[in-house]
Amino acid sequence: MISQLTRDERSSAMYLSGLLVLFGGFLAIAGRNDVLGWHGAMLVFSGAILLFALISRFYDDEPARESRHEYYDDPTKFGVVVAMIWLVFATFVGDWVAWLLVFPEATFDAGWSSFGRLRPVHTTGVIFGFGGNALIATSFHVLQRTSRARLAGSVSPWVVLIGFNLFCIMAVTGYMFGITASKEYAEPEWYADLFLVVIWVVYFVLYVRTLARRQEPHIYVANWYFMAFILVVAILHIINNLAVPVSLGHAKSYSLFSGVQDAMTQWWYGHNAVAFFLTSGFLGMLYYYLPRRAGRPIYSYRMSIISFWGITFLYMWAGSHHLHYTALPHWVQNLGMTFSIILVVPSWASAGNALLTLNGAWEKVRDDATLRFMFVAAVFYGLSTFEGSFMAIRPVNSLSHYTDWTVGHVHAGALGWVAMITFGAFYTLVPMLWNRERMYSSRLIEAHFWLALSGTVIYVFSMWNSGIIQGLMWRAYAENGTLAYSFMDSVDAMAPYYVARAVGGFLFFLGGVIGLYNIWKTIKMPAQAHTPIYDLPPVVDVEPAE
Amino acid sequence: MLDKHAKLERNALAFVFAIIFVASIGGIVEIAPLFTIDETVEEVEDMRVYTPLEVAGRNIYIREGCYACHSQMIRTLQDEVERYGPYSLAVESQYDHPMLWGSKRTGPDLARVGEKFSDAWHVAHLINPRNVVPSSVMPSYAWLMRNTLKYEDMGLHLSALRKVGVPYSDEMIENAAQDTYGQARPGSERADAFVERYGEESNVSLFDGDPDRITEMDALVAYLQILGRLTDVAHQSSDSAQQTTSTGSGD
Ligand code: HEC
Ligand code: HEM
Ligand SMILES: [Fe+2]
Repeated sequence: MISQLTRDERSSAMYLSGLLVLFGGFLAIAGRNDVLGWHGAMLVFSGAILLFALISRFYDDEPARESRHEYYDDPTKFGVVVAMIWLVFATFVGDWVAWLLVFPEATFDAGWSSFGRLRPVHTTGVIFGFGGNALIATSFHVLQRTSRARLAGSVSPWVVLIGFNLFCIMAVTGYMFGITASKEYAEPEWYADLFLVVIWVVYFVLYVRTLARRQEPHIYVANWYFMAFILVVAILHIINNLAVPVSLGHAKSYSLFSGVQDAMTQWWYGHNAVAFFLTSGFLGMLYYYLPRRAGRPIYSYRMSIISFWGITFLYMWAGSHHLHYTALPHWVQNLGMTFSIILVVPSWASAGNALLTLNGAWEKVRDDATLRFMFVAAVFYGLSTFEGSFMAIRPVNSLSHYTDWTVGHVHAGALGWVAMITFGAFYTLVPMLWNRERMYSSRLIEAHFWLALSGTVIYVFSMWNSGIIQGLMWRAYAENGTLAYSFMDSVDAMAPYYVARAVGGFLFFLGGVIGLYNIWKTIKMPAQAHTPIYDLPPVVDVEPAE
Repeated sequence: MLDKHAKLERNALAFVFAIIFVASIGGIVEIAPLFTIDETVEEVEDMRVYTPLEVAGRNIYIREGCYACHSQMIRTLQDEVERYGPYSLAVESQYDHPMLWGSKRTGPDLARVGEKFSDAWHVAHLINPRNVVPSSVMPSYAWLMRNTLKYEDMGLHLSALRKVGVPYSDEMIENAAQDTYGQARPGSERADAFVERYGEESNVSLFDGDPDRITEMDALVAYLQILGRLTDVAHQSSDSAQQTTSTGSGD
């Protein structure tokens, strides 16, 4: 990695590592009486390791001049491997917390291991650790190919990746220490949030500067989605996390908003984290890797325009569907419901566009597990967006809200869509990146596919069952007009489904382990002859398959 | 239309601004009015603030992620009102920075759990839920009883809360640490001073039953006992004014 940097770049990397040490040192000293101090120390330590590595290799040979005219893929390689490690870690934690609902005593009598602290470790680990790294890695790759330009900078991609991972590590270790802002999918505290803002600005600037160098007149669809992801996540993150820290030495802060305004802000964020992180970004992935793997151009350009602007506009109205029948004013609930229902149109336009792109390549879908991953992802995307619009209808929501149905819905999207599209993209990308003829083992991809699919189906079906049973039991009345079931009756009824979910989750986790192994073995395979520079045509030009 | 879009696709900055513009509309229309329209939050006379001990307890509730399994928002549905009590009003979480309405009920709603059980019940339940409710899947929180509460800096906490809009007086902020102690030590001088500042309505109790130490258990139980009790307004209106949607299905 360092060998690909010029000496000037190595020294700017050293300055930046120094800054990291300073920032960490400040937190460590200010927060010495608080858990905050540990995070400060961790940043100092990370900065010091980077500095040490840079110093010890400062005088190594500089990269050959020609290499500057090639795509810069080291950051993408790093991101792919790290994403898979996060996946294995965070689905392990997910399965662990799933088992905790079966064996609630398994907490070692210690705070860090109890359900409430580990659950956000899982959600942050999968969404940000796995999903975030996958998005950053693939966005760098796609951006360069579709612009026919090298990344505008060799240090800034590392700032983005390393900084983002430090943020994720601060987040998940923080929860176990007991540091959390409690906002769903925005649990990290103020100092980690500020740190992420800086990282995100670097990401945005890098993206736009690279686009400015493009040799293609048009900005390719995938980049629209990646840009929407970067921009809107920034807006959401900053507003949702506005808070006043207890002091500069305390990790704890108090949110600027309270009560009903806070609820609306949190779900405006929460729903759109799903929209712009878990949907837009991954659609960017789909719009590049699916046509590439299928060897066919995107079915309809017009449909991709409609769905892009539809999603970007409509999603931001829909957050209040998380607050039906609550103390949120009715007019906002109704707006949320209405827009959520309309949302199914651009969502299905995207899913349809993906599936119609595959039309004519079905034999490839049958034979190639990598393409099949992307096919299944598009199907789950269609299903879970339909389900989401359905659940946003007030009477339906009165049953589904607060139950496991929501969890089932989330995982149909998270496992079926987000994770599957990523696996498909990674299996396409890894041989390209490392210049290998193919993945190490296609049978292992096949095994991963069936584990992931069966795990997802078991998970989703058990949560549908438990959620609907729960919802019905809570509202059931006995003959004499009193409530028929106590709350505990509903807890007892969940037991078999919680076991089933944990088993399904284990299968999914196992698939991830196999994926990581397969990628690792591919990296260890001998490389092919070096492919010449800029030989990769942009996707839009790919000829339709015969 | 398509031509115009083709032009837009050639200009990165225009594209950036178009995204920001299109994405901002929904939030502006839905969120901004919530801060300005008066009816959004009911005005009530008797709304109290959390005492410093309750703030500390709320922070433990947040730290332990109790909100991952418990909601604090009773919806306007008939069965919920029958199960948990009058539905939640916006004003009841007016001082909740952040709100803890929650999104998942692995356990029951806690919006009105205050004074539903005795302190001793909560302590026993938190130490091991299965001692009280045999098939509960709630984790045990026995260490709360072992951890001494850190409360010397409660003044800083209250003053941060005042910055975001909770009406704590200077006196409350200055005496925050003493008041934390006082609320958990019935009969002490500090308890009297505490009651003077926070009113007769506030709970002074030996929450965790241990007179020697102020533990995290004290704080958490104090918080649980105030849930739904900061104002009486929901109970006053419950008989006549609460309109619920019936979802009930016979059985
Ligand atoms: C894994 C999910 C889970 C977590 C986390 C959890 N609980 Fe519970 N809680 C439950 C379940 C299930 C019940 C119902 C069975 C029982 O009473 O133990 C319950 C019941 C309760 C009750 C009794 C409510 C009533 O009206 O009967 C209280 C009070 C409570 N929990 C407080 C807490 C607090 C405080 C925390 C955090 C320190 C917490 N819970 C964390 C699942 C959870
Ligand atoms: C091995 C696979 C997985 C297992 C076993 C698993 C398990 C769980 C469990 C037990 C919960 C808590 C549910 C509850 O509170 O009742 C949860 C929540 C969640 N998980 Fe997973 N998970 C897995 C994979 C994933 C992946 C890959 C993603 C995203 C890419 C994801 C995203 C989420 C989200 C967003 C939530 C919060 C849901 C909510 O707020 O309702 N999970 N998961
Ligand atoms: Fe949503």
